[in-house]
Order: sequence, then structure tokens, then C-alpha cells
Amino acid sequence: MTAVSNLEKAINSGQFFATGELGPPKGADLTEFKENAEGMRNHVVACNITDNQTAIVRTSSIACGATLVQMGIEPIIQITVRDRNRICIQSDVLGAYALGIRNILCIAGDHQKFGNEPGSKGVYDIDSIQLLKGLKDMRDEKKFMGGDEVEGDIDYFLGAVENPFADPFEFRVDRLEKKVRAGAKFIQTQCIFDLERFERFMELVRERGLHKKIAILGGVTPIKSLGAAKYMKNNVSGITIPDALIDRMKGAEDKKAEGLTIAVETIQRLKEIEGVAGVHIMAIAWEEKVPEIVERAGLYPPPKL
Amino acid sequence: MIIAERKPLEEIAAMVAPDKRVLVLGCNSCVAVCMAGGEKEAEETAALLRIHRKKANIDGVVDVFSIERQCEFEMIDEVLAELKKYDAILSLACGVGVQVLIERDPSMRVFPGLNTTSMGYPAEQGVWVERCLGCGNCILHKTMGICPITRCAKSILNGPCGGSADGKCELGKDVDCAWQLIHDRLAEFGRLADLDEIEPPKDWSTSHHGGARTTVREDVKIDRG
Repeated sequence: MTAVSNLEKAINSGQFFATGELGPPKGADLTEFKENAEGMRNHVVACNITDNQTAIVRTSSIACGATLVQMGIEPIIQITVRDRNRICIQSDVLGAYALGIRNILCIAGDHQKFGNEPGSKGVYDIDSIQLLKGLKDMRDEKKFMGGDEVEGDIDYFLGAVENPFADPFEFRVDRLEKKVRAGAKFIQTQCIFDLERFERFMELVRERGLHKKIAILGGVTPIKSLGAAKYMKNNVSGITIPDALIDRMKGAEDKKAEGLTIAVETIQRLKEIEGVAGVHIMAIAWEEKVPEIVERAGLYPPPKL
Repeated sequence: MIIAERKPLEEIAAMVAPDKRVLVLGCNSCVAVCMAGGEKEAEETAALLRIHRKKANIDGVVDVFSIERQCEFEMIDEVLAELKKYDAILSLACGVGVQVLIERDPSMRVFPGLNTTSMGYPAEQGVWVERCLGCGNCILHKTMGICPITRCAKSILNGPCGGSADGKCELGKDVDCAWQLIHDRLAEFGRLADLDEIEPPKDWSTSHHGGARTTVREDVKIDRG
């Protein structure tokens, strides 16, 4: 089978690489979004576009993804199950494909309680694993979730997320395996700060040979300030930050520089872990630092595809 | 049982403000158990309403009584003649009771005194928790008697999700992760492998997404033809 996207090609190349992340704006002016994308163009293989992340209303991931396609930058669009039922999701995915989008990341999405529309009705018609399986069947079996036939060919590249820091710990690998069976070919992990725990997770992954079935991209987020680190530690679900890291930020004179250095060091350690295919850099509201992180981590230039 | 809680007095008072003759009608079943709309709460609500109306210089009467269940025609019929004497009935039943009163006699004006919250049970004195959403297609046999439709914030069927930490949901430390509970019970009974199955999308057509559901038992229906 030929690769349908640069992301798939990069994975097939076996070289360690980076992807980036872009958050759409809370308005229809995409100028800054495009500038941020432009800034990463030569440093990352593809760019995630978040789907109303933390349940805050923003321009749609598909519209922003189509904008990147026009710019010649490869998008990975997030699709959450929070805001759409299976009718809408399948329709949107077909639309995204028609607009040239090839990488789809299937996620549940942060609960609507955390966003700027806490009174909204959470849809959750299907869950993220059912979403993966449904999109896989649309592509491979030409069947919609309801069994009706999909007209013509579609060929997209499916991914999912996994959080090695959530509980129960051993089940995280079971869930990864479930996502592999449901059709995921790449996995972006939750932001990695606790490398010891991530290494234990990867050991379990390797024991089952899962790293050979799915490309694991370690999630890396540069910490912008001590406050941000503390906030993530205490308020962001599914993120663990070791006290040692908080202390290191506390002791640093230049917090921003330290945060970037920690991100670079994290990538360098991830590179050494067998079975990690690359990194996914989530520098939200700090996108302009992605090229620097990529270069300092020795990932520039990206693989020639 | 059905769980409810009384609406704020201001809201109740505003609903019936134009009415001279008001009846606060308690319901002595579920909502009495959850201390929201039984005889005692009806008396209290009527007393508070009288004080509130007096302060607002609203003339008229606020009477009170209770019936066993407002969701059954037979029980409503016993007092129907009395109910019809009032301009407004403030029902302290669940949302079902309010509607059944009107269905019994559409000439009555009935207002909701409670917010109906859920189907559940009294967990401890003063605490009632939800346990069933009435989805119409029970899967408790698969999930060790713990309902993820009701208890998981995202009603997922392939859990636990990545927001589960220390047995708690991403919603907050006061919400148990339903899938952690299911996981633990499966482990206890040697059925952890059940979680390997990819549970397909749920058929929600049995849930409330097709309008009000009607349950029919032909074998017990009485043919009045």
C-alpha cells in the first residue's frame, strides 16, 4: 500500500521526526494561525490542528486543516466525539477528505464542563475507539457505521492518543492495543514530563510488540513558566509533573529558557527509547519556539520524503 | 426512585404570583423519600409561599395537601374535584406528576415546584445519587453491575479513558471513574479480558432520542373495544 500522507511516509522511513500542533483562533481571522504554520513548515512533518481543545469554541479543525492544505503544509486534524454524533462525524470526515486532508486523529475531547460553553450538551454518541473502528471500516470495508455503502474510495491515515499517565496503569497498554486493533497507525501520547513512568509504559509496549504495529509519538510540551507547570500539575487532567521538575523550574533564573531546555532534553531521551518513532510537540501559544526546539533536539532537517 | 429538589422559592413565587387561589400539592412517593416534595415539604413550601406573598402584598390563599402518587390517574381522581377549585396548582411531584395532572384534566393550571434531577437512590442521609439514565437497553451484565452510560461523564463503552487518575474522573476528585470501578470488579471476578473486546457503538434508538417512549404489554392490556 502506498503512503497517503507525509506523516505515514515519515513513519515508514524509520527516522525519528517531529510533528507540531496549532490551535485555531477564537475568530475567523486566520492570519496568525497561518504565520504560526509558516514558522513550522520546514521543521515538522505535519501539524496537528486541535478540535475545540479544552472545549473552547474556535474555528473548526477541518477549516483550518483545509487552509494548511492550500498552503502546502500537511495537517493532522483532530476529531472529537464530544460535539458531533456519528452522522455528523462521518459526514465531516468525508468533507475533510474531499478537501485534501489525509491524517485524522480520533479523540474523545475534553469534557464540555471545562470550556467556555459549560451548559452545552455533550454528544458522546460514540467513543474514541468506536470512532477509530468506524472510520477504518469506512475506508477498508466501504461501510458507514450503520452499514450503508460508502461511494468511491477514501484513503486516510488514522491515529489516536494514549495517556501513559492515566490509571489504571497496566490498562493503558491494553487500551493502546485496542486502538491498534480499531485501526490506529500512530499514537500521540499525553505530554511527557514523568520519563520514568513513560519508560515503564514503553517496556510493556515492547513486551507485546505493539511498537512494531503502531508509531508512537511522544508528546512534548515546553513549560513556559513555573505557574504553567504548577497549573498543569494540579489542574490538567491526565498530566503528571514530577516535583523534581517543578523544583528545577523554581530554581531557574530564566524560566522560559529552562522550559525550552527541558523540552529539548526530553526529546533527546525519548529518541533513545526503543519503540518511540518520533515526537509530537505541543507548544500551544508558544508555536514560534517549535523550530528552535526541533533544531536543538537534532531533528532538523526532517526526514526527506 | 426518582430524585428531585425544590426550586428556589423566588422562582416558585413568580410562577403563581398572578393567581389568587393556590394549592401546593405534595406527592408522597419518590419525592417524599428524597425530602423534596412529600407532605412535610409541601407544608413547608406552602408556609414559605404565604410569607413571601404577604410581603409582596399578594392577596389570596395558599392551601396545601398531598396525595400518594401524582403519576396515576386513580389517585388524582380521588381529589380531582378539590384540585379544580384552585387557580393554580404548585405540584411538588417530579416532572411526571406535573404532566399527568394536566393530562387528567387539561383545564387545570399546574406548575412545577421541583427540579427533577435523576433516577437513583439515597446513598446516605441527605445524599441521593443517580444510577440509571433509562437508556432502554441495559448492559449492566457486561459491566459488572456498574453503569457507564450513567456514571461515565462521556458515557463511553470502551473505558477507562485517558482522563482517569487515582480512581477519579477528569471532572473532579469528587467523581469516581466508573470504568476504574468496572475494571476493578472485572479483575476481582477474573474477567479482565472482557475489556479487550471492542464494544460497538450503542443503539441509542431505545433511549430518549425518538420522543417520549411508550412501553406496551399486550398480555396485560384490557380490551375495552
